[in-house]
Amino acid sequence: MEIVRRVISVIVMNESSVLARVSGLFAGRGYNIDSLTVAPIPGSELSHITIVTYGNQKVIEQITKQLNKLIPTLKVIEHEEMVEKEMVLVKFPIESNLSDIQALSSAYNGGIVNVGIDMVITMVADEPVRIRHYIEAAQRYNPIEIVRGGVVAIER
Amino acid sequence: MQMNGAQMVCEALIAEGVKTVFGYPGGAIMNVYDEIYKQNSFEHILTRHEQAAVHAADGYARATGEVGVAMVTSGPGFTNAVTGLATAYMDSIPMVVISGQVPLSLIGTDGFQEIDAVGISRPCTKHNYLVSDLADLPRIIKEAFHIASSGRPGPVLVDVPKDITAEYGEFVYPSDVNIPTYKPNCKGNDRQIKKAAEAIKAAKKPLLYVGGGAVLSDAYTYIRELAALGQIPAVETLMARGVMGAENPLLLGMLGMHGNYASNMAMSETDLVISLGARFDDRVTGKLSEFARYADIIHVDIDPANIGKLVDVDYPIVGDVTNVVKKLLEELKDINPENYASWRATLKRYDDLHPQAFRDSDEVIKPQWVIERIGQLVGEQAIITSDVGQHQMWAAQHYPFDRPRQWINSGGLGTMGFGFPAAIGAKRGVPEKTVINITGDGSILMNVQELVTAAEYQIPVINVILNNNYLGMVRQWQTFFYDKRYSETDLSFQPNFKALAEACGGLGYDVTTKEEFDAALKDAIEQNKVCFINVSVNRLENVLPMVPAGGALYNMLLDHKE
Ligand SMILES: Cc1ncc(C[n+]2csc(CCOP(=O)(O)OP(=O)(O)O)c2C)c(N)n1
Repeated sequence: MEIVRRVISVIVMNESSVLARVSGLFAGRGYNIDSLTVAPIPGSELSHITIVTYGNQKVIEQITKQLNKLIPTLKVIEHEEMVEKEMVLVKFPIESNLSDIQALSSAYNGGIVNVGIDMVITMVADEPVRIRHYIEAAQRYNPIEIVRGGVVAIER
Repeated sequence: MQMNGAQMVCEALIAEGVKTVFGYPGGAIMNVYDEIYKQNSFEHILTRHEQAAVHAADGYARATGEVGVAMVTSGPGFTNAVTGLATAYMDSIPMVVISGQVPLSLIGTDGFQEIDAVGISRPCTKHNYLVSDLADLPRIIKEAFHIASSGRPGPVLVDVPKDITAEYGEFVYPSDVNIPTYKPNCKGNDRQIKKAAEAIKAAKKPLLYVGGGAVLSDAYTYIRELAALGQIPAVETLMARGVMGAENPLLLGMLGMHGNYASNMAMSETDLVISLGARFDDRVTGKLSEFARYADIIHVDIDPANIGKLVDVDYPIVGDVTNVVKKLLEELKDINPENYASWRATLKRYDDLHPQAFRDSDEVIKPQWVIERIGQLVGEQAIITSDVGQHQMWAAQHYPFDRPRQWINSGGLGTMGFGFPAAIGAKRGVPEKTVINITGDGSILMNVQELVTAAEYQIPVINVILNNNYLGMVRQWQTFFYDKRYSETDLSFQPNFKALAEACGGLGYDVTTKEEFDAALKDAIEQNKVCFINVSVNRLENVLPMVPAGGALYNMLLDHKE
């Protein structure tokens, strides 16, 4: 069976061990987690977890069913039609060409967000593929540190 | 009413109608034990090991259908309980376990007897709670009982820090449960059920595949009715023994690794599997690609995650087996049993060809004979529990179970040491039945301390030890698949089982002949005391038929020549 990439949104009660339940499920049943983000849903007692995973169709189906089975899970959304965004922060040494870095980042809808004595920090938020491309392109400016935020997604 | 958390625990248990709690005290749970001392609405049975307390609660639940309750302290008390939780989890048994925890202020400090109970038990409970606010305690216990017993049942752990049980607050026990994220679907989709009914009518070789869910859902009268209505043959899993009834002409037997020939052949040749509360476990299916390879599959299960997990399903029906089978009965009023006559005839031929049988002997006691003999002597009057190994399979194969909840064993986890404490729980739950644990000389030692519990509380459980001086089931695999290298399976060094039972306040019998066995069992029933009947059985007997692990169901070893 073909391995596919899937973005799964899980709406859960915002209670103390809920993230451990979700991540433990993936670890215990041998499912992949490519990225996982979680934050409270404003004005509610719920949290939104976004998980990027890989697996064949059977595995993806099991993942959604097993997630649904967790008592604090309200809803599992597994869709091909999701609007996905990811954010990345990159720290460059200041000796690099600042305007090049600025140009590169703005090509990916981002820019410089912080400048220190010997480093600059850029931020880009874009589709996950484009984030990958941005990170590839950033390599020639010798980034010191790259922090990816993980994918967040919303149903269209 | 104002009371402390410990009292709240007791009041909640009383409100849930709990009659028996199995447990073992210790520092973190002492406040609750202090309140147990002061009340007399429910009894507490002090087992001699926390694992046994949880198995006893489990056996109680399996025998009665009610939620079993166990109580343990923090740290080692809890870790000892984990095997019990996992055993109940794998077999979907409704159970609530209450564990003490170090005070909230000490959590995370590696305090004395602190262990992350919710962390450890997460994968082996249906749900678990750490109570972090006294105000939540009544609601949490209410939810625990509801979650344990609804949908696909399972064990729920409630971990209660010591300062919570000491603190005072207002106790109001909620009258109902509202968990917005937990709404199990029990009804079964009508359209799907109609389609399934049509498929059954169109089939030529339908087969009922009955699993443990049929027991949990108390569906047996409807399933028997369904089988009778269409004259549809049935096979049972290890967990479903008793659902169809041993005398039922439509029952082929147990399928799977140690299933009988007709059952496994039926599954291999059927054109429509009607799965009722079964989950296609690997010990049942053998090689998946060969399993029911000519069949469409109707899968009725209350847990959607079971459907399509291992085999592709043509008619998925999420729902409680009882509800779904009742509706199927409506849809199948005009079913014609004649349609399956030649299928039944084929299966009859298979059964005649290789019946579930064994070669008896006059020189040695065959373990299968012991099982059949117990069946003849007590039959319907008994509840049979068992441990894990050859004795368990022989019991499942040869005992004439004729109702569900008569057969209690650890199918999913395969926990040696389960049988005796489970028997204690079953006997407490259903005192009017004779409770017999069919066990091995290996397994019985894994909770042998419960002799003391059973003697103290006068719980007259009969343990029949099929003593082969081996870890027999492992020895059998070594015989078949490891060239008879009997690595660490020889149990020739033995305790004196008779003396051991007597030393703990029970009765002991050593049995080497059939006559002695009859006499021992009769005496044990009369004396009405916990006992060991230590039966020397043929050492190298094998459980047959056998489908080697990973093999196709139709490739059974039917006989083994030395
Ligand atoms: C707690 C536990 N440990 C190990 C096993 C593996 N195991 C399965 S059957 C078996 C042998 C059981 O021997 P005995 O109780 O004497 O029963 P017999 O097979 O001889 O009837 C073993 C060791 C198990 N199922 N459970």
